[in-house]
Amino acid sequence: MLLALMEGLVSAAVLALTAVGLSLTFGVMRVVNVAHGEFFMLGAVLAWFVTQAFPGAPALGFALALVVCPLCVAAIAVLADLLVLKRLAYEPAPTIVATIGLLYVLQQAALSLFGPDARPVAPPFDFRVQLPWFGYSGYKLCVILAALALLGLVWALLSRTRIGLVMRATRIDREMARAFAINVDLVYAGVFGLGAGLAAVAAVLIVPIRQAHYLMGADPLLLSFIVVIIGGLGSLRGTLAAALLIGLMDGLLSTALFLPPTVARIAATLLVALVLVFRPQGLLGKAAA
Amino acid sequence: MLRIDAIDAGYGPTRVLHGLSLEVRAGEVLCVMGRNGAGKSTLMKAIMGLVPAQAGSLTLDGVRTTGLPAHAVARLGIGYVPQGRRLFGELSVHENLEIGLMARRRGQRVRDHVLSLFPRLRERLGQTARTLSGGEQQMLAIARALCLEPKVLLMDEPTEGLQPSMITLIRETVRDLRATGVAILLVEQRVDTVLQVADRVAFILAGRLAEIADARGLDAGAPQFRQYVGV
Ligand SMILES: Nc1ncnc2c1ncn2[C@@H]1O[C@H](COP(=O)(O)OP(=O)(O)OP(=O)(O)O)[C@@H](O)[C@H]1O
Ligand SMILES: [Mg+2]
Repeated sequence: MLLALMEGLVSAAVLALTAVGLSLTFGVMRVVNVAHGEFFMLGAVLAWFVTQAFPGAPALGFALALVVCPLCVAAIAVLADLLVLKRLAYEPAPTIVATIGLLYVLQQAALSLFGPDARPVAPPFDFRVQLPWFGYSGYKLCVILAALALLGLVWALLSRTRIGLVMRATRIDREMARAFAINVDLVYAGVFGLGAGLAAVAAVLIVPIRQAHYLMGADPLLLSFIVVIIGGLGSLRGTLAAALLIGLMDGLLSTALFLPPTVARIAATLLVALVLVFRPQGLLGKAAA
Repeated sequence: MLRIDAIDAGYGPTRVLHGLSLEVRAGEVLCVMGRNGAGKSTLMKAIMGLVPAQAGSLTLDGVRTTGLPAHAVARLGIGYVPQGRRLFGELSVHENLEIGLMARRRGQRVRDHVLSLFPRLRERLGQTARTLSGGEQQMLAIARALCLEPKVLLMDEPTEGLQPSMITLIRETVRDLRATGVAILLVEQRVDTVLQVADRVAFILAGRLAEIADARGLDAGAPQFRQYVGV
């Protein structure tokens, strides 16, 4: 039971990071990024390449991957923003179609460069922490802590810095943001890059546990959407709470009750349906004015 | 200070302004009047660069701003008080002002000065903008624009929907600003307010400048008001 709770926390932490990225892009830019899961996948796949380059030193390779991969993915996202989304003037419908296209481009690129096999990435360190009741992977604990730290940083960025203020103002009224000297194009490129980078960093953290595969983006995309819907758009707290809920549910249903992962997925979907019917603004979202 | 030269502007294919020319001088209040839909707000947006100018040119203090993105125009020193206030509603009073200050990297000094003009805002710095009263919101909209230390101030119906004491306050603010040498372009539908603050009045009819008159030559019964504004 406790083990399930821990497994759930690991999923929740990684999911929260990914979902916050999706929520940011939607919140600030009103772009439904269907390619979000592919940024996650890219993070994991690139992590494999980077760690592969340092066969003798997994810790060094992993540390490098943790920094380099999110940056690369963010750069790709910024490029996609400037070359595609910006030209579509961020119109909702065309951008959805465009990000679907981006999804396939990134997926096929990964397939041809990385191949169709799932490949493991060695964890940077391997020790067990003796909890009162059982031993637990030290790496998984570190994933939870690292994700929490990163979420804290995102929160601080949004609520405590000028960059965050500019992002929030842009989200509220982009025309007025421009009238007050905010370069909205720059903000959008940055937010799209940040959102993708968060998905990538989540993927690098989880890849030693789950392996890299070119089709691995589908699940985090679906789960992130579920989290964002349940949590309420643009509500960071809601996103975190929903990630915890979905992550724990996942862990409990599959680890404690030995049910196949599909059951957890069905439960999550049911939850979405319930939220959509009874609280369309999300659990912690504010009702639209 | 601000020259608008034969500007054409509109939304997509529809053209709203047709060859409109105006000049606003430093230390002057130029009021713009016209019926609903005449294009007053569109004129303001075209000056800001929020609506592209399809023809003609805009010059601020000798610098051509035609075609510049809005954020660059604002940086050159145009403060905008939009119709309906358009505050960043979920942000606090303090944060709304901060955005104005960041626009032209103004600091504590400007902030203190602006707050001294509107002491009621100083008491409510932490309050969410959306929860301010209508009058306080308008003060904040003006204060936010003044945080840029603008050379030109565009005000789009700042007295709309306010009670008389607030209108008086805004009128006095406009007069004080003019005295400091700011060029003010004010869209205003109330004849009494126009007569009290305007140096000149531009009447706009269907996107064209119909007439520009010296305010001293106008009184409440002037035929222009009936003809172009319908009061
Ligand atoms: N975003 C927009 N897209 C398309 N047309 C617009 C848009 N905004 C305004 N218009 C049109 O442009 C014309 C001029 O509008 P504008 O807002 O400039 O008028 P106004 O003089 O400010 O009127 P009011 O006194 O009601 O504020 C109107 O016919 C209006 O329908
Ligand atoms: Mg108007």
